[in-house]
Amino acid sequence: MADVKKVERPLSPHLQVYRPQLTSISSILVRITGIALLGLSTLVVAWFLAAASSETAFAAMDGFLRSWFGSLIMLGGVWAFVYHMLGRLRHLLWDFGYCVDVPTSEKLAIGMLGLSTLVTLIVALV
Amino acid sequence: MAQFTLPKNSKITVGKTWPKPEGATNVRKFQIYRWNPEDGKNPQLDTYFVDMDTCGPMVLDGLIKIKNEIDPTLTFRRSCREGICGSCAMNIDGINTLACIYGMDEVKGDVKIYPLPHMEVVKDLIPDLTHFYAQHASIMPWLETKTNRPAKEWRQSIEDRKKLDGLYECVMCASCSTSCPSYWWNGDKYLGPAALLHAYRWIIDSRDEATGERLDALEDPFKLYRCHTIMNCSKTCPKGLNPAKAIASIKQMMVERHV
Repeated sequence: MADVKKVERPLSPHLQVYRPQLTSISSILVRITGIALLGLSTLVVAWFLAAASSETAFAAMDGFLRSWFGSLIMLGGVWAFVYHMLGRLRHLLWDFGYCVDVPTSEKLAIGMLGLSTLVTLIVALV
Repeated sequence: MAQFTLPKNSKITVGKTWPKPEGATNVRKFQIYRWNPEDGKNPQLDTYFVDMDTCGPMVLDGLIKIKNEIDPTLTFRRSCREGICGSCAMNIDGINTLACIYGMDEVKGDVKIYPLPHMEVVKDLIPDLTHFYAQHASIMPWLETKTNRPAKEWRQSIEDRKKLDGLYECVMCASCSTSCPSYWWNGDKYLGPAALLHAYRWIIDSRDEATGERLDALEDPFKLYRCHTIMNCSKTCPKGLNPAKAIASIKQMMVERHV
């Protein structure tokens, strides 16, 4: 071929244009809640460490976790924990070859969102 | 690490708004991704207005009308216009599908059309599918046999033939693979739903005698196991197939042969 000028081709848009799907959103939420729970567990560890170090340190950490902001984080943690656990159970079903179709997976996704919200509400009220 | 934003040369700018057809009362607005390799500019989004009273019902009819009557430089692939060749796969209204079998009545609001996502663009709505085809070739999409060729054809029972239903119908349009976030971030190494569906089509074929080799070839952290069952593939498949199920079946076979 004669003189083909090498042009740098653009990358077509992806996340920018793809409509969020119930399937993809419920999937990425499992990962996001997993990472969030890792962050939450450091708070719990900090709480234990504070308890082991001194009375004042424990009082500070305990006070933070019992404040409205700490409670909010913990409540979010409950939602994340239940959602993540249900998401992993859905993965278990899939790995055994069950429910690997879009309509059932979407129903499971709605179930995961609903059930984790329900459990969080119950915990918030109790 | 995945890059979630577009590279500098790929950012989309506002393009040209083409004049409305004269005397038309029922016009529909189309917004279409344009990129010309020869003008050195970034991709842009052009706006067209199509007279729906004189246009066919499918998105492809709209595209052909624009090319015939408004802008002959608009570039896209199309051939069969009935969903069997897989040429006109593109991102329409936020999902990947075949323009020829996607009705404009299925689109709410303006018709927004982009090339298949996260692919190198050759021109306008045409992505470079070289790597996609190479991945398909890599799974040996043919019958592999070791026994001597039978006098007539390789025979198959009706039950065994049924196992290929939902697999053989794939037209390799690339809608599924380019809808998959895993394929977006790791498409260089992850085979993607289309190639894996084809891999399973030959693994499950009762006449094929290379099942072990086929599974060996897929035993890899990227080629197969980048599938996280996100299911955008099955959701978007214009032929209504379920690549996620095929991939899950391969994963199960991987486990079964180790126990």
